[in-house]
Amino acid sequence: MTSRSTQAVAGHAVGPASALAGGRTPLAAAEEPALARRRRPAPTRYLLWLLLGLGSVAMIGPFYWMAITSLKPRQELLAFPPTWWPEAFTLDHWRSLNDLTTGSFPVFFRNSLFVTTSITLLTLLTSAAAGYVFAKMDFPGRDRLFWVVLSMMMIPFTVSIIPSYALMSRLGWINTYWALIVPVAVNPFGIFLMRQFISSIPSDLLDAARIDGASEFGIFCRIVIPLSQAALAALAILTFIAQWDNFLWPLVVLNEPDLYTLPLGLAQFRGRVGTDVGATAAGSLVSVIPVLVVYAFAQRKFIEGIALSGLKG
Amino acid sequence: MAQVGTVPLRAVSGRPPRKGGRNAAQRRFVYATLVPLALLFLVFWIYPVLNGLWGSFTDWRAFSPDRQFVGLRNYARLVNDSIFITALVNTLQFAAMYLPLQIACGLGLALAIEASGKLKSFFRTVYFLPVVTSVIATSLIFKWLYQPTLGLFNQLLELAGLPTLGFLQSPSQALASIVFYTLWKSLGVTMVLFMAGLNGIDRSFYEAAKVDGGSRWPIFWQITVPLLRPTTILVLVTGIINTLQVFEPIFIMSSVGENSPPGGPANSTTVVAIYQWATAFEELDLGYGMAMGIALFAIILVVTLAQSRLLKQSWEY
Repeated sequence: MTSRSTQAVAGHAVGPASALAGGRTPLAAAEEPALARRRRPAPTRYLLWLLLGLGSVAMIGPFYWMAITSLKPRQELLAFPPTWWPEAFTLDHWRSLNDLTTGSFPVFFRNSLFVTTSITLLTLLTSAAAGYVFAKMDFPGRDRLFWVVLSMMMIPFTVSIIPSYALMSRLGWINTYWALIVPVAVNPFGIFLMRQFISSIPSDLLDAARIDGASEFGIFCRIVIPLSQAALAALAILTFIAQWDNFLWPLVVLNEPDLYTLPLGLAQFRGRVGTDVGATAAGSLVSVIPVLVVYAFAQRKFIEGIALSGLKG
Repeated sequence: MAQVGTVPLRAVSGRPPRKGGRNAAQRRFVYATLVPLALLFLVFWIYPVLNGLWGSFTDWRAFSPDRQFVGLRNYARLVNDSIFITALVNTLQFAAMYLPLQIACGLGLALAIEASGKLKSFFRTVYFLPVVTSVIATSLIFKWLYQPTLGLFNQLLELAGLPTLGFLQSPSQALASIVFYTLWKSLGVTMVLFMAGLNGIDRSFYEAAKVDGGSRWPIFWQITVPLLRPTTILVLVTGIINTLQVFEPIFIMSSVGENSPPGGPANSTTVVAIYQWATAFEELDLGYGMAMGIALFAIILVVTLAQSRLLKQSWEY
């Protein structure tokens, strides 16, 4: 029963993964509506744009509201009707992030950057290596082992969170980054994604390199990795976004403010939204802005990557 | 690839083959890769899962070294625990509110954006934007927007001369408010999946329908909707799996006062994941918390099972 459902997931993800290999994705493929454009009467098109435009305001609006909230002085935040553009600007809320009752945002930011980057690099390495092995190497029990890896994607975190915490505590890893990094250095989804992708690299190419005298490690580094860049980029974005935002596990294993990642540092505002919204807004923006900047430059890669993982986001 | 012609030459003039040959070299690479990974999986993935399963049958408390086997007592407790039942009902309510909205809005948006011509990629970028941003940050943003007196939503209602709402402070509106936030946050994913599904439909179906004189609305219901079935099921099932485990937005938005626990007001937003977290890490009632985790897993498994049935049917087109 489980195998069938993982196959279903596999069947879905194969499409986009192989499309990535071709360079063009289903997302990019449809410049077709040219036909529909000629037939559709113009007023309908404008009405559609208007509606989608209003929706866009709803999508971006909350971020804009947060940005101006972080810049308004305290009295202006209490004003009714609200001001749509700050009448007086202040950086007090932003300055207060340096010195909170627990921790400080520059530290949270540095911690998040370190943890997220480490996990992403490790995930790329282990997923590519295991994906290559499962896609191109022949050894007894390979398919059964791959099935075990896949089945781990199905188990929800609610099952393992408590015993994982107990394990961390036995290893003495509570309040260390080992607890955040080591368990997720292997990622079933990443292995699955890389295996699907590397399967599409022609085996002849690898054999040719072997005959050329290349070592297995050399083939992996100089052929498999460069040819998998599209999938690696998607996996890197997915992992980075997921880990940048990871909350529940760090909440459980970290309780020293100096070690807090951004989500943990931010969460301390949950009871203070009504009383200290300026700092809340500024802190939220610290975690949102870096992602938005990267998104602005690589939005197609983001959308492809997250669509690849189904509803992971 | 361009070097293929030169390969035999080099093979002749190149280094002598290593002892054990190519297969041994490959085997070394397999071992070097899989042994450390298998160890990591065993220690950090498989062992905790088995330990969690075993622990759910014990009276384990407060990470003490000894724990007694108590059979199904924790599971019996679940059935009689009124807070757990509330949490389960809230979780299912959350899914029941969220999923139809997600499908309807996601598909509607995908169709609208596909039809929007030259602004298509702009709109796709905008609607996808909340997906990439932090759950914690955006939950805090919405908590402020929902604030009863100073929040933007009530101020807008007031400016429009409408009665204001309690949102997160009201036991009857809190869960729906969090559903609305979740929809805003992840609509982009559903939209992108449906757009991919729409692009996967063979154009010839539409052309045939047009030749037969079909008009737009029947074409939508009789061609688009049935052919989107695999996408719809994927969206639905992953949606169910995700909503059954919802934690972060509720953790952030539901605590009303400075130090009040998440799940409020009056347990109206207590979901299973929140209750499990509180049981395990606040009350340190570990065996019981593990039983909750397994129970949730069982529900998810049933859903996945149903998915494979549905998908099998959809292949019989």
